[in-house]
Amino acid sequence: MDRSEIKGFIAKRVAAELKDGDVVNLGIGLPTLVPQYLPSSVHVTLQSENGIIGTGAVTEENKDPLYITDAGGSPAIAATGGVYIDSCSSFGLIRGGHVDATILGGLEVDEEGSLSNWIIPGKKVPGMGGAMDLLVGAKHVIVAMEHTAKGAPKILKKCRLPYTAVKCVTKIITEMGVMNVTSKGLELVEINPEFTVDQVQAATEATLIISPNLKPMV
Amino acid sequence: MPKFASIAEAVNLIPDGATIMFGGFMGCGSAHKVIDALSKSGKGNFTIICNDGSMPGGPLGEDYYGVAKLIHNGQVKRLITSHVGLNPEVAVRMNDGSLQVDLIPQGSLAEMIRAGGAGLGGVLTPTGVGTLVEEKTDFVLGKVTVDGRVYLHMRPLRADVAVISGYNVDKAGNVWYKGTTRNFNLPMATAADLVIAEADHVVEVGAIEPENVHTYGVFVDYVVDGGNA
Repeated sequence: MDRSEIKGFIAKRVAAELKDGDVVNLGIGLPTLVPQYLPSSVHVTLQSENGIIGTGAVTEENKDPLYITDAGGSPAIAATGGVYIDSCSSFGLIRGGHVDATILGGLEVDEEGSLSNWIIPGKKVPGMGGAMDLLVGAKHVIVAMEHTAKGAPKILKKCRLPYTAVKCVTKIITEMGVMNVTSKGLELVEINPEFTVDQVQAATEATLIISPNLKPMV
Repeated sequence: MPKFASIAEAVNLIPDGATIMFGGFMGCGSAHKVIDALSKSGKGNFTIICNDGSMPGGPLGEDYYGVAKLIHNGQVKRLITSHVGLNPEVAVRMNDGSLQVDLIPQGSLAEMIRAGGAGLGGVLTPTGVGTLVEEKTDFVLGKVTVDGRVYLHMRPLRADVAVISGYNVDKAGNVWYKGTTRNFNLPMATAADLVIAEADHVVEVGAIEPENVHTYGVFVDYVVDGGNA
Protein backbone atom coordinates (compact mmCIF):
# COMPACT_ATOMS: atom_id res chain seq x y z
CA MET A 1 0.00 0.00 0.00
CA ASP A 2 1.29 3.43 -0.92
CA ARG A 3 2.07 5.48 2.18
CA SER A 4 -0.23 8.28 1.06
CA GLU A 5 -3.19 5.87 1.07
CA ILE A 6 -2.67 4.44 4.54
CA LYS A 7 -4.45 7.06 6.63
CA GLY A 8 -7.52 7.13 4.39
CA PHE A 9 -7.65 3.32 4.33
CA ILE A 10 -7.61 3.16 8.13
CA ALA A 11 -10.14 6.00 8.48
CA LYS A 12 -12.52 4.30 6.04
CA ARG A 13 -12.46 1.08 8.05
CA VAL A 14 -12.95 2.98 11.32
CA ALA A 15 -16.03 4.66 9.83
CA ALA A 16 -17.65 1.23 9.47
CA GLU A 17 -17.55 0.87 13.27
CA LEU A 18 -19.87 3.80 13.84
CA LYS A 19 -23.62 3.40 14.09
CA ASP A 20 -26.36 5.84 13.26
CA GLY A 21 -27.02 8.02 16.28
CA ASP A 22 -23.65 7.46 17.98
CA VAL A 23 -22.06 10.25 20.00
CA VAL A 24 -18.42 10.28 18.95
CA ASN A 25 -15.25 12.09 20.01
CA LEU A 26 -12.41 12.29 17.50
CA GLY A 27 -8.77 12.75 18.44
CA ILE A 28 -6.42 14.92 16.41
CA GLY A 29 -4.89 13.77 13.11
CA LEU A 30 -6.09 10.60 11.41
CA PRO A 31 -9.38 10.29 13.38
CA THR A 32 -10.58 13.60 11.91
CA LEU A 33 -10.68 11.90 8.48
CA VAL A 34 -13.28 9.36 9.62
CA PRO A 35 -16.53 11.33 9.09
CA GLN A 36 -15.94 11.74 5.35
CA TYR A 37 -16.17 7.96 4.97
CA LEU A 38 -19.52 7.55 6.76
CA PRO A 39 -22.32 6.25 4.54
CA SER A 40 -25.16 8.73 4.04
CA SER A 41 -27.43 6.55 6.19
CA VAL A 42 -25.21 6.98 9.26
CA HIS A 43 -25.44 10.26 11.15
CA VAL A 44 -23.28 10.67 14.21
CA THR A 45 -23.10 13.47 16.77
CA LEU A 46 -19.54 14.68 17.07
CA GLN A 47 -18.51 15.96 20.45
CA SER A 48 -15.64 18.36 21.01
CA GLU A 49 -14.42 18.21 24.60
CA ASN A 50 -13.84 21.95 24.92
CA GLY A 51 -17.60 22.41 24.79
CA ILE A 52 -19.59 21.34 21.72
CA ILE A 53 -22.08 18.52 21.36
CA GLY A 54 -22.94 18.22 17.67
CA THR A 55 -20.27 19.99 15.65
CA GLY A 56 -21.07 21.29 12.17
CA ALA A 57 -19.20 22.46 9.10
CA VAL A 58 -17.17 25.63 9.51
CA THR A 59 -17.37 28.08 6.63
CA GLU A 60 -15.85 31.50 5.98
CA GLU A 61 -19.30 32.95 6.73
CA ASN A 62 -20.05 31.24 10.03
CA LYS A 63 -16.60 31.02 11.57
CA ASP A 64 -16.02 33.02 14.74
CA PRO A 65 -12.51 32.15 15.99
CA LEU A 66 -12.65 34.47 19.01
CA TYR A 67 -15.64 32.65 20.44
CA ILE A 68 -16.09 29.24 18.84
CA THR A 69 -13.22 26.77 18.50
CA ASP A 70 -12.48 23.08 18.72
CA ALA A 71 -10.17 21.49 21.29
CA GLY A 72 -7.15 22.32 19.14
CA GLY A 73 -8.01 26.02 19.06
CA SER A 74 -9.15 25.98 15.42
CA PRO A 75 -12.48 27.52 14.36
CA ALA A 76 -15.47 25.24 14.93
CA ILE A 77 -19.26 25.55 15.00
CA ALA A 78 -22.25 23.77 16.46
CA ALA A 79 -24.54 22.23 13.87
CA THR A 80 -28.23 23.09 13.96
CA GLY A 81 -29.49 21.33 17.09
CA GLY A 82 -26.01 21.23 18.60
CA VAL A 83 -25.14 22.85 21.90
CA TYR A 84 -22.31 24.71 23.58
CA ILE A 85 -21.46 23.53 27.08
CA ASP A 86 -18.92 24.11 29.87
CA SER A 87 -15.97 21.86 30.70
CA CYS A 88 -17.59 20.16 33.72
CA SER A 89 -20.63 19.21 31.62
CA SER A 90 -18.41 18.10 28.76
CA PHE A 91 -16.41 15.73 30.91
CA GLY A 92 -19.51 14.56 32.73
CA LEU A 93 -20.73 13.50 29.31
CA ILE A 94 -17.42 11.77 28.60
CA ARG A 95 -16.79 10.14 31.98
CA GLY A 96 -20.42 9.27 32.48
CA GLY A 97 -20.53 6.87 29.56
CA HIS A 98 -22.61 9.09 27.27
CA VAL A 99 -20.01 9.04 24.50
CA ASP A 100 -20.45 5.91 22.40
CA ALA A 101 -17.05 5.90 20.77
CA THR A 102 -13.76 7.71 20.95
CA ILE A 103 -11.26 7.34 18.14
CA LEU A 104 -7.68 8.27 18.77
CA GLY A 105 -4.11 7.51 17.85
CA GLY A 106 -1.50 5.91 20.04
CA LEU A 107 2.24 5.76 20.53
CA GLU A 108 1.90 2.28 22.04
CA VAL A 109 -0.97 -0.06 22.77
CA ASP A 110 -0.67 -3.43 24.46
CA GLU A 111 -2.39 -6.79 24.59
CA GLU A 112 -4.33 -5.83 27.72
CA GLY A 113 -5.80 -2.87 25.88
CA SER A 114 -3.73 -0.32 27.75
CA LEU A 115 -2.67 2.75 25.79
CA SER A 116 0.21 5.20 25.97
CA ASN A 117 -0.02 8.41 24.02
CA TRP A 118 0.49 11.42 26.30
CA ILE A 119 4.12 11.61 27.28
CA ILE A 120 7.61 10.59 26.19
CA PRO A 121 9.59 11.18 29.39
CA GLY A 122 12.55 13.46 28.85
CA LYS A 123 11.50 14.23 25.28
CA LYS A 124 7.94 15.35 24.91
CA VAL A 125 5.52 16.32 27.66
CA PRO A 126 2.41 17.76 26.00
CA GLY A 127 0.04 16.66 28.75
CA MET A 128 -2.93 14.35 28.71
CA GLY A 129 -5.57 16.98 28.01
CA GLY A 130 -8.85 15.11 27.87
CA ALA A 131 -7.42 11.79 26.68
CA MET A 132 -7.38 10.02 30.05
CA ASP A 133 -11.04 10.89 30.67
CA LEU A 134 -12.06 9.84 27.16
CA LEU A 135 -10.35 6.47 27.45
CA VAL A 136 -11.91 5.75 30.82
CA GLY A 137 -15.37 6.99 29.94
CA ALA A 138 -16.17 6.18 26.32
CA LYS A 139 -18.06 2.93 25.72
CA HIS A 140 -15.98 1.98 22.69
CA VAL A 141 -12.32 3.02 22.45
CA ILE A 142 -10.92 2.60 18.94
CA VAL A 143 -7.21 3.10 18.39
CA ALA A 144 -6.66 4.11 14.77
CA MET A 145 -3.00 4.25 13.83
CA GLU A 146 -0.29 2.98 11.55
CA HIS A 147 0.74 -0.51 12.59
CA THR A 148 4.38 0.35 13.23
CA ALA A 149 6.51 3.43 13.76
CA LYS A 150 9.09 3.27 10.96
CA GLY A 151 9.04 -0.52 11.23
CA ALA A 152 9.18 -0.68 15.02
CA PRO A 153 6.17 -2.40 16.61
CA LYS A 154 3.67 -0.16 18.40
CA ILE A 155 1.40 -3.01 19.41
CA LEU A 156 3.25 -4.49 22.37
CA LYS A 157 2.95 -7.13 25.07
CA LYS A 158 3.13 -4.31 27.59
CA CYS A 159 3.42 -0.58 26.99
CA ARG A 160 6.84 0.82 27.86
CA LEU A 161 5.79 4.49 27.88
CA PRO A 162 3.64 5.76 30.77
CA TYR A 163 0.01 4.77 30.38
CA THR A 164 -2.71 7.14 29.37
CA ALA A 165 -5.19 4.58 30.71
CA VAL A 166 -5.12 0.87 31.47
CA LYS A 167 -7.37 -1.84 30.00
CA CYS A 168 -9.50 0.62 28.08
CA VAL A 169 -9.05 -0.05 24.34
CA THR A 170 -11.73 -2.18 22.68
CA LYS A 171 -10.41 -2.27 19.10
CA ILE A 172 -7.23 -1.49 17.15
CA ILE A 173 -7.45 -0.63 13.46
CA THR A 174 -4.29 -0.30 11.37
CA GLU A 175 -3.39 -0.60 7.69
CA MET A 176 -2.58 -4.27 8.33
CA GLY A 177 -5.72 -5.39 10.09
CA VAL A 178 -8.39 -5.10 12.73
CA MET A 179 -7.77 -6.44 16.23
CA ASN A 180 -10.28 -6.84 19.03
CA VAL A 181 -9.06 -6.60 22.61
CA THR A 182 -10.30 -9.69 24.44
CA SER A 183 -9.69 -11.10 27.91
CA LYS A 184 -7.25 -13.58 26.31
CA GLY A 185 -5.34 -11.00 24.30
CA LEU A 186 -5.51 -9.37 20.88
CA GLU A 187 -7.61 -11.21 18.33
CA LEU A 188 -6.92 -10.49 14.68
CA VAL A 189 -10.39 -10.51 13.14
CA GLU A 190 -9.70 -8.85 9.78
CA ILE A 191 -6.57 -8.69 7.67
CA ASN A 192 -5.61 -6.44 4.78
CA PRO A 193 -5.29 -8.89 1.85
CA GLU A 194 -1.98 -7.23 0.93
CA PHE A 195 -0.42 -8.88 3.97
CA THR A 196 -0.07 -12.42 5.30
CA VAL A 197 -0.83 -13.36 8.89
CA ASP A 198 2.89 -13.98 9.38
CA GLN A 199 3.70 -10.48 8.18
CA VAL A 200 1.17 -8.95 10.56
CA GLN A 201 2.52 -11.00 13.46
CA ALA A 202 6.09 -10.04 12.56
CA ALA A 203 5.13 -6.36 12.80
CA THR A 204 3.43 -6.93 16.18
CA GLU A 205 5.22 -7.60 19.47
CA ALA A 206 2.10 -8.96 21.17
CA THR A 207 1.15 -12.49 20.22
CA LEU A 208 -1.96 -12.33 18.07
CA ILE A 209 -4.84 -14.72 18.43
CA ILE A 210 -5.97 -15.45 14.88
CA SER A 211 -9.74 -15.51 14.62
CA PRO A 212 -11.14 -18.72 13.11
CA ASN A 213 -13.40 -16.38 11.14
CA LEU A 214 -10.59 -14.13 9.88
CA LYS A 215 -12.01 -11.88 7.18
CA PRO A 216 -10.42 -9.64 4.57
CA MET A 217 -10.28 -5.99 5.58
CA VAL A 218 -11.88 -3.80 2.96
CA MET B 1 -23.84 43.68 43.67
CA PRO B 2 -20.42 43.63 42.07
CA LYS B 3 -18.33 46.75 41.79
CA PHE B 4 -17.05 48.10 38.52
CA ALA B 5 -13.32 48.24 37.97
CA SER B 6 -11.25 49.61 35.14
CA ILE B 7 -8.73 47.28 33.57
CA ALA B 8 -5.96 49.01 35.53
CA GLU B 9 -7.92 48.71 38.78
CA ALA B 10 -8.48 45.02 38.11
CA VAL B 11 -4.75 44.50 37.75
CA ASN B 12 -4.24 46.34 41.06
CA LEU B 13 -6.57 43.82 42.71
CA ILE B 14 -4.24 40.95 41.78
CA PRO B 15 -1.34 40.63 44.22
CA ASP B 16 2.17 39.63 43.28
CA GLY B 17 2.59 35.90 43.88
CA ALA B 18 -1.16 35.20 43.71
CA THR B 19 -2.72 31.91 42.73
CA ILE B 20 -4.94 32.83 39.78
CA MET B 21 -7.50 30.85 37.82
CA PHE B 22 -7.87 31.94 34.21
CA GLY B 23 -10.83 30.69 32.20
CA GLY B 24 -10.41 29.86 28.53
CA PHE B 25 -9.48 26.93 26.35
CA MET B 26 -6.50 27.54 24.06
CA GLY B 27 -7.18 31.21 24.72
CA CYS B 28 -10.82 31.00 23.58
CA GLY B 29 -12.80 32.63 26.37
CA SER B 30 -9.82 34.04 28.27
CA ALA B 31 -9.96 37.57 29.69
CA HIS B 32 -7.59 39.03 27.12
CA LYS B 33 -7.76 42.68 28.19
CA VAL B 34 -6.96 41.95 31.84
CA ILE B 35 -4.25 39.46 30.86
CA ASP B 36 -2.67 42.00 28.53
CA ALA B 37 -2.60 44.66 31.24
CA LEU B 38 -1.30 42.14 33.79
CA SER B 39 1.49 41.21 31.40
CA LYS B 40 2.67 44.84 31.45
CA SER B 41 2.29 45.26 35.22
CA GLY B 42 5.67 44.00 36.37
CA LYS B 43 3.91 41.60 38.75
CA GLY B 44 4.75 37.94 38.73
CA ASN B 45 5.60 34.86 40.74
CA PHE B 46 2.09 33.65 39.91
CA THR B 47 0.65 30.19 40.27
CA ILE B 48 -1.77 29.85 37.39
CA ILE B 49 -4.59 27.35 37.12
CA CYS B 50 -5.75 27.16 33.52
CA ASN B 51 -6.90 24.36 31.24
CA ASP B 52 -3.83 24.72 29.00
CA GLY B 53 -0.73 26.77 28.31
CA SER B 54 -2.50 28.40 25.36
CA MET B 55 -0.34 29.07 22.33
CA PRO B 56 1.73 31.61 20.49
CA GLY B 57 -0.16 33.17 17.58
CA GLY B 58 -3.72 34.29 18.37
CA PRO B 59 -6.56 34.50 15.81
CA LEU B 60 -6.05 38.27 15.42
CA GLY B 61 -2.32 37.90 14.87
CA GLU B 62 -1.34 38.31 18.53
CA ASP B 63 2.21 37.09 19.20
CA TYR B 64 1.06 35.36 22.38
CA TYR B 65 -2.51 34.40 23.11
CA GLY B 66 -4.12 34.31 26.54
CA VAL B 67 -1.97 33.00 29.38
CA ALA B 68 0.87 32.34 26.89
CA LYS B 69 1.60 36.06 27.28
CA LEU B 70 2.22 35.71 31.02
CA ILE B 71 4.28 32.56 30.54
CA HIS B 72 6.38 34.27 27.86
CA ASN B 73 7.03 37.19 30.22
CA GLY B 74 8.32 34.86 32.93
CA GLN B 75 5.54 35.93 35.32
CA VAL B 76 4.44 32.37 36.08
CA LYS B 77 6.31 30.14 38.53
CA ARG B 78 3.83 27.28 38.55
CA LEU B 79 1.20 26.17 36.03
CA ILE B 80 -1.53 23.72 37.03
CA THR B 81 -3.05 22.55 33.78
CA SER B 82 -4.03 19.63 31.54
CA HIS B 83 -2.23 20.36 28.27
CA VAL B 84 0.77 22.41 27.19
CA GLY B 85 1.53 20.78 23.84
CA LEU B 86 0.61 23.77 21.69
CA ASN B 87 2.85 26.21 23.55
CA PRO B 88 6.47 25.12 22.93
CA GLU B 89 7.74 27.76 25.35
CA VAL B 90 6.32 25.80 28.29
CA ALA B 91 8.61 22.85 27.57
CA VAL B 92 11.62 25.17 27.32
CA ARG B 93 10.82 26.76 30.67
CA MET B 94 10.10 23.38 32.28
CA ASN B 95 13.49 22.14 31.14
CA ASP B 96 15.42 25.18 32.35
CA GLY B 97 13.64 24.91 35.70
CA SER B 98 11.98 28.33 35.62
CA LEU B 99 8.44 26.93 35.42
CA GLN B 100 6.88 24.13 37.44
CA VAL B 101 4.12 22.38 35.49
CA ASP B 102 1.57 20.08 37.11
CA LEU B 103 -0.45 18.10 34.57
CA ILE B 104 -3.89 16.94 35.62
CA PRO B 105 -6.49 15.21 33.42
CA GLN B 106 -8.80 17.82 31.94
CA GLY B 107 -12.01 16.40 33.32
CA SER B 108 -10.47 15.98 36.77
CA LEU B 109 -9.18 19.56 36.73
CA ALA B 110 -12.65 20.88 35.85
CA GLU B 111 -14.32 18.89 38.63
CA MET B 112 -11.62 19.74 41.21
CA ILE B 113 -12.34 23.42 40.57
CA ARG B 114 -16.08 22.82 40.72
CA ALA B 115 -15.58 20.99 44.03
CA GLY B 116 -13.54 23.92 45.33
CA GLY B 117 -16.42 26.24 44.58
CA ALA B 118 -19.16 23.93 45.79
CA GLY B 119 -17.90 23.15 49.26
CA LEU B 120 -16.96 19.57 48.47
CA GLY B 121 -14.00 17.66 49.84
CA GLY B 122 -12.85 16.67 46.40
CA VAL B 123 -13.83 14.41 43.56
CA LEU B 124 -13.77 10.64 43.08
CA THR B 125 -12.83 9.86 39.48
CA PRO B 126 -11.72 6.70 37.70
CA THR B 127 -9.57 8.86 35.41
CA GLY B 128 -5.86 8.43 36.03
CA VAL B 129 -6.03 5.12 37.91
CA GLY B 130 -2.94 3.08 37.05
CA THR B 131 -1.11 6.08 35.53
CA LEU B 132 1.50 8.61 36.64
CA VAL B 133 -1.37 10.80 37.89
CA GLU B 134 -1.51 8.58 40.99
CA GLU B 135 1.92 9.89 41.98
CA LYS B 136 0.82 13.54 42.06
CA THR B 137 0.38 13.65 45.82
CA ASP B 138 -0.26 17.42 45.84
CA PHE B 139 -3.53 16.66 44.09
CA VAL B 140 -4.38 13.00 44.73
CA LEU B 141 -5.47 12.38 48.31
CA GLY B 142 -5.88 8.62 48.01
CA LYS B 143 -7.83 5.82 46.41
CA VAL B 144 -11.37 4.87 47.21
CA THR B 145 -13.29 1.81 46.06
CA VAL B 146 -17.01 2.27 45.45
CA ASP B 147 -19.15 -0.65 44.32
CA GLY B 148 -15.99 -2.50 43.29
CA ARG B 149 -14.57 0.27 41.12
CA VAL B 150 -11.37 2.10 42.08
CA TYR B 151 -11.39 5.91 42.05
CA LEU B 152 -8.76 8.55 42.71
CA HIS B 153 -9.74 11.08 45.35
CA MET B 154 -8.70 14.39 43.78
CA ARG B 155 -8.48 17.41 46.06
CA PRO B 156 -10.69 20.47 45.63
CA LEU B 157 -8.97 23.47 44.06
CA ARG B 158 -9.43 27.11 44.96
CA ALA B 159 -7.53 30.27 44.06
CA ASP B 160 -6.91 33.75 45.40
CA VAL B 161 -8.33 35.26 42.23
CA ALA B 162 -10.38 33.97 39.29
CA VAL B 163 -10.31 36.03 36.12
CA ILE B 164 -13.15 35.06 33.84
CA SER B 165 -14.49 36.49 30.61
CA GLY B 166 -18.05 36.72 29.33
CA TYR B 167 -19.62 38.05 26.17
CA ASN B 168 -22.50 39.77 27.97
CA VAL B 169 -22.18 40.71 31.63
CA ASP B 170 -24.97 42.68 33.24
CA LYS B 171 -24.50 45.26 35.95
CA ALA B 172 -25.45 42.68 38.58
CA GLY B 173 -22.55 40.48 37.41
CA ASN B 174 -24.68 37.91 35.64
CA VAL B 175 -22.76 36.39 32.74
CA TRP B 176 -23.76 34.94 29.38
CA TYR B 177 -21.01 33.17 27.47
CA LYS B 178 -20.91 32.98 23.69
CA GLY B 179 -19.96 29.84 21.76
CA THR B 180 -17.33 27.65 23.37
CA THR B 181 -16.11 30.31 25.80
CA ARG B 182 -18.05 28.87 28.75
CA ASN B 183 -15.42 26.11 29.25
CA PHE B 184 -13.52 26.64 32.54
CA ASN B 185 -14.97 30.11 33.15
CA LEU B 186 -18.09 28.54 34.62
CA PRO B 187 -16.52 26.49 37.45
CA MET B 188 -13.70 29.00 38.08
CA ALA B 189 -16.19 31.79 38.79
CA THR B 190 -17.25 29.82 41.86
CA ALA B 191 -13.85 28.80 43.23
CA ALA B 192 -11.84 31.90 44.13
CA ASP B 193 -11.80 34.43 46.96
CA LEU B 194 -11.95 37.26 44.43
CA VAL B 195 -13.73 36.93 41.09
CA ILE B 196 -13.11 39.42 38.29
CA ALA B 197 -15.36 39.18 35.23
CA GLU B 198 -14.14 40.85 32.05
CA ALA B 199 -17.14 41.77 29.92
CA ASP B 200 -16.99 42.03 26.16
CA HIS B 201 -20.28 43.87 26.49
CA VAL B 202 -21.70 45.36 29.68
CA VAL B 203 -25.49 45.16 29.50
CA GLU B 204 -28.35 46.37 31.67
CA VAL B 205 -29.74 44.17 34.42
CA GLY B 206 -32.50 42.12 32.87
CA ALA B 207 -30.95 42.06 29.42
CA ILE B 208 -29.95 38.44 30.04
CA GLU B 209 -33.10 36.46 30.79
CA PRO B 210 -32.98 34.69 34.17
CA GLU B 211 -33.13 31.31 32.43
CA ASN B 212 -30.12 32.17 30.29
CA VAL B 213 -27.71 33.35 32.97
CA HIS B 214 -24.69 31.03 32.94
CA THR B 215 -22.58 32.45 35.79
CA TYR B 216 -24.71 33.98 38.53
CA GLY B 217 -23.89 37.50 39.60
CA VAL B 218 -23.61 36.44 43.24
CA PHE B 219 -20.24 34.88 42.41
CA VAL B 220 -18.79 37.98 40.76
CA ASP B 221 -16.95 40.64 42.80
CA TYR B 222 -15.80 42.98 40.04
CA VAL B 223 -16.97 43.64 36.49
CA VAL B 224 -14.44 45.04 34.05
CA ASP B 225 -15.63 46.59 30.82
CA GLY B 226 -13.45 44.99 28.17
CA GLY B 227 -14.73 47.54 25.73
CA ASN B 228 -15.58 45.36 22.75
CA ALA B 229 -19.00 46.94 22.30
